[in-house]
Amino acid sequence: MDFNFTDEQTMLRDSVGRYLSDTYTFDARMAAVNGDSGWNPGVWKAFAEELGILGAPFAEAHGGLGGGAIENMIVMEEIGKALVIEPYLQTVVIGGGFLKAAGGALADAVIPQIIDGSAVIAFAYAEPQGRYNLADLRTTAKRDGAGYVLNGHKAVVYAAPWATHFIVTARTGGSVRERSGVSVFLIPANATGITRRDYPTVDGARASEVYFENVAVGADTLIGVEGEGLPLVEQVVDEATAALCAEGTGVVRKLHEGTLDYSRQRKQFGKAIGEFQVLQHRMVDMFMEVEQAVSMTLMATLRLDEPDRARHVSSAKNKISRGARFVGQNAVQIHGGIGISNELAIGHYFKRASMIESQFGDADYHLRRYESLMD
Amino acid sequence: MDLNFSPEDIAFRDEVRTFIADNYPAGLKAKSEEGEELSKADFLSWHKTLAAKGWAGIAWPVEYGGTGWTSVQRYIFAEESARADAMRLLPFGLNMVGPVIYTFGTPEQKAKFLPRILSGDDWWCQGYSEPGAGSDLANLRTKAERFTGDDGKEYYRVNGQKTWTTLAQHADWIFCLVRTDPTVKPQEGISFLLIDMKTPGITVRPIITLGGEHEVNEVWLEDVIVPVENRVFHENKGWTCAKFLLAHERTGIAGVAASKRGVERIKTIARTEIDSFGDDAQPLLANPFFKRKVAELEIDLTALEFTELRTLAGESSGKGPGPESSLLKIKGTEIQQRITELALEAVGHYGAPYFRGFGEGDNEHPIGPDYAHRAAPTYFNMRKTSIYGGSNEIQRNIIAKMVLGL
Ligand SMILES: Cc1cc2nc3c(=O)[nH]c(=O)nc-3n(C[C@H](O)[C@H](O)[C@H](O)COP(=O)(O)OP(=O)(O)OC[C@H]3O[C@@H](n4cnc5c(N)ncnc54)[C@H](O)[C@@H]3O)c2cc1C
Ligand SMILES: Cc1cc2nc3c(=O)[nH]c(=O)nc-3n(C[C@H](O)[C@H](O)[C@H](O)COP(=O)(O)OP(=O)(O)OC[C@H]3O[C@@H](n4cnc5c(N)ncnc54)[C@H](O)[C@@H]3O)c2cc1C
Repeated sequence: MDFNFTDEQTMLRDSVGRYLSDTYTFDARMAAVNGDSGWNPGVWKAFAEELGILGAPFAEAHGGLGGGAIENMIVMEEIGKALVIEPYLQTVVIGGGFLKAAGGALADAVIPQIIDGSAVIAFAYAEPQGRYNLADLRTTAKRDGAGYVLNGHKAVVYAAPWATHFIVTARTGGSVRERSGVSVFLIPANATGITRRDYPTVDGARASEVYFENVAVGADTLIGVEGEGLPLVEQVVDEATAALCAEGTGVVRKLHEGTLDYSRQRKQFGKAIGEFQVLQHRMVDMFMEVEQAVSMTLMATLRLDEPDRARHVSSAKNKISRGARFVGQNAVQIHGGIGISNELAIGHYFKRASMIESQFGDADYHLRRYESLMD
Repeated sequence: MDLNFSPEDIAFRDEVRTFIADNYPAGLKAKSEEGEELSKADFLSWHKTLAAKGWAGIAWPVEYGGTGWTSVQRYIFAEESARADAMRLLPFGLNMVGPVIYTFGTPEQKAKFLPRILSGDDWWCQGYSEPGAGSDLANLRTKAERFTGDDGKEYYRVNGQKTWTTLAQHADWIFCLVRTDPTVKPQEGISFLLIDMKTPGITVRPIITLGGEHEVNEVWLEDVIVPVENRVFHENKGWTCAKFLLAHERTGIAGVAASKRGVERIKTIARTEIDSFGDDAQPLLANPFFKRKVAELEIDLTALEFTELRTLAGESSGKGPGPESSLLKIKGTEIQQRITELALEAVGHYGAPYFRGFGEGDNEHPIGPDYAHRAAPTYFNMRKTSIYGGSNEIQRNIIAKMVLGL
C-alpha cells in the first residue's frame, strides 16, 4: 500500500496550487464571473501553455503528460480550493475521458486540441425529465444516409456558452430509460440547428439549455459503438464524479480553514469565538468531514478501474455530498452575518459546495445506487 | 383541555379567510409565486389594507389601535394568511418598536409614533447590531453625547455604525441602541433612540447577500443630531427596552403557519418532479428516500406547532413570553431551513440556474419549472434565520442558563 504522490504528482500539485494562489484571487475570479463572457480565457491559455495541465491525464503520444485519474484528482482539488470556474472537469476529465476510452481518429484529432487549449468541451447529457438517470433520454439521433440527425433538449449544460464542442448523449434506438440504444456524439458547438439559452449559475459558472433541431452530423462524430454507449457514459460519469469529489474536497478544505481562521480573529464577549466549546466541537466535526472527504476521494479514484467501480464512486459521492452540506452550512453559521454576504469568499465556497452536492446525483441518488449494488 | 376551536373561533376564521380572499392584491400573490423581490409599495399595499380594516396591530392592545385579539385568534390569523400565501407584515414597526413605545414611551411619543406605525405611514428599521456587536450586543459602540443646542433644547450627537440593518434603504425611521455612558458596565450605559432617517449625517450602504438580494445594509451615523425627546425610557436604561423587544421578536419566529405552507409546496413540487432511476420513473414523492424526509419534517413541524400552542396557552393565562421562546426560535428556524433544503433537492438540475441572470426569455425555451427558480437562492438566504434574532447558539445558551439553570 502506498498513498504517496510521485515526485511528478507533487510538482503538479505545487505548480497548479502556486499559480492559482498567485493569480486566481477571489477578486480576479469575481471579475471574470461578473464579466460578459463569465470566464477568463487567459487562465485557460495559462492552463494549456504555462502549466500544461490540460494534458495532465493524456498519453504522451497525444502530447500529454502521461497521467490519469490521480492527476485529475490533484488538479481538481486545487480547482476546488480556488473556486475555479474554467471547465477543466467538462473538457479534460469528461471530454478527455470519452475520447481516451473510445480512441480512434476522433481522439487523435481532438485530444491535441484539448491539450493546446483550443478545444473547450461541454457535456450535454441531462434532460428535463431525466433527473440523474443517464439513460433517461428523449434526445434522438436518427440514421440519415451516412450520418445522423439529432433532435432534443439538454438541460443545464455547464460551460456550454464557452464550448467549441458538445458531447451529446442521444437515443439511436430503444425506449426512454432502456439501457440499450444510447449513443454518444462529439459535435461542433456551432453546428447548424443548435440553439442555446445561456444563463449564469448560482455557483458562478455559466450554463445553457441546449436545443437540437434537425442537427445533421457525420458518422465520424460517433464516440464508441452505436447503441452501446451507456456503459461508456457510466464509466466517464463515474470518473467525473470522482474528480468532482476531489473538487469538493478542495472546497470543504477551504471552508474549514477559512472558518478556523475567522474563529480565531472574531471576538465576542471579550474572547475569540473559537474559544466557545460548542464552536470548537463543530469545527472538529467539520475537520472530520474534510478528512473523510480526502479519504473517500482517494478511495474512489484508486478504484476507478475495478469491476465494482460504480459502487465505490457512489459511496464516495454520498459521503462527500453530506459532508459538503454540513461543512458549508456550519462555515456560514460560524461566520455569523458576514457568512451570508456576497462580498466574502466564504459564501461563494458555500454556494459551490451546495451545487457539488447534487451534481451527477445527490446523496440520495448515490445511496440508492449503492444499495442497488450492495452484496 | 380541548383541541377544537370554539364556534366563535370558527366564525372568526371564516371572516379572516373571506377578507383575505377578497382583498389580497393579486399582483402581490403573483410576485411572491414568481419569487420576485417585493418593492416598498408591495410591502405597504397589504399593510395599508389591513390597517384600514383595523387588523395591522395584531398583538397590540385595543387602546393603541390594536385588534385586542386572543392568542387563538392571532394563531388563526397567521394560519389563514399562510394558507392564502399572504405576506407577513414586516416586524420592525409593528412587533418591535411599537410595543416598546406603548410599553415604555411617553404620552407624546405614543401619540406621535403609534398611529403612523399602525397605518404604515412610517417605515421602521432596527439599528441594534454593529460590526463589533453581534451576539454580544451590549458591546455596542455607537455613541450619543448629550449637549444643549443654541435653541436651549437638549440633543444627542450620535456617531457610529450599525450593520445588517434590514430594509433600511426604505426606512423613514430607525430605532437605535446607543452608548450614552461609556464608564459603567456595558448594559448600564445604553439608551434607546428613535432617529429620523432624513437627519443629516446618515448614510445607508447596501450589503448584497448570497442570493443576490438587497435586503440588509450598513447604516453610518456621523454627527447625527437627535432631540432628547426621541429617547424612549430613561437615559442609560435602554437595555431594558432592548431585552423586552428581543423577547417580542422571538414570539412568532417559530413561523409554524408559513412552514406548513412550505411543506405543502414541497409536496406539490415532489408530486410534479419525476424521479427517474434505472428503468423506473415515478413522482419524487413516491420515492421512499424523499418521502421519508418529508414525513419526518411534518412530524417535527407538528411537535413545534403543539409546543407553540402550549406556549400561547401559557401567554393567554398571563405568563409573558419567557426563555422557552428560544426553543420555538431554534426549532422553527431549523424547520424553515429544512424546507429549503428539501425544495432544492427536489428540483434536481434546475437548482443551478441563477434566475436573476435569465435576461430576456421566451416561453418556448423556459429554464426549468417556475418553482425551481428560487430554490437555491432561498436555501442560501434562509441560512440567516439561525444567525439573526439571536443566533441558535445564543438561544441554546439562554435555555441552558435560564431554563436548565446550568
Ligand atoms: C467501559 C469503560 C471502560 C473503561 N476502561 C478504563 C480503563 O481501562 N482505564 C482507565 O483508566 N479508565 C477507564 N475507563 C474510565 C474512563 O476513562 C472514564 O470514564 C472517562 O475518562 C470519563 O470519566 P468519568 O466517567 O469520570 O466522566 P466525567 O469525566 O465525569 O464526564 C462526564 C461527562 O462530562 C463530559 N465532560 C467532562 N469534561 C468535559 C469537558 N472539559 N468538556 C466537555 N465535556 C466534558 C464527558 O464527556 C462526559 O460526557 C473506562 C470507562 C468505561 C465506561
Ligand atoms: C439577514 C440578516 C438580517 C439582519 N437584520 C438585522 C436588523 O435589521 N437589525 C439588527 O440590528 N441586526 C440585524 N441582523 C444582525 C444579527 O442580529 C446578527 O447577525 C446576529 O446577532 C449575530 O451577530 P454576528 O453576525 O456579529 O455574529 P457573531 O456574534 O460574530 O457570531 C459568530 C458565530 O459565533 C457564535 N457565537 C457568538 N457568541 C457565542 C457564544 N457565547 N457561545 C457560542 N457561540 C457563540 C454565533 O452563534 C455565530 O455562530 C441581521 C442579520 C442577518 C444575517
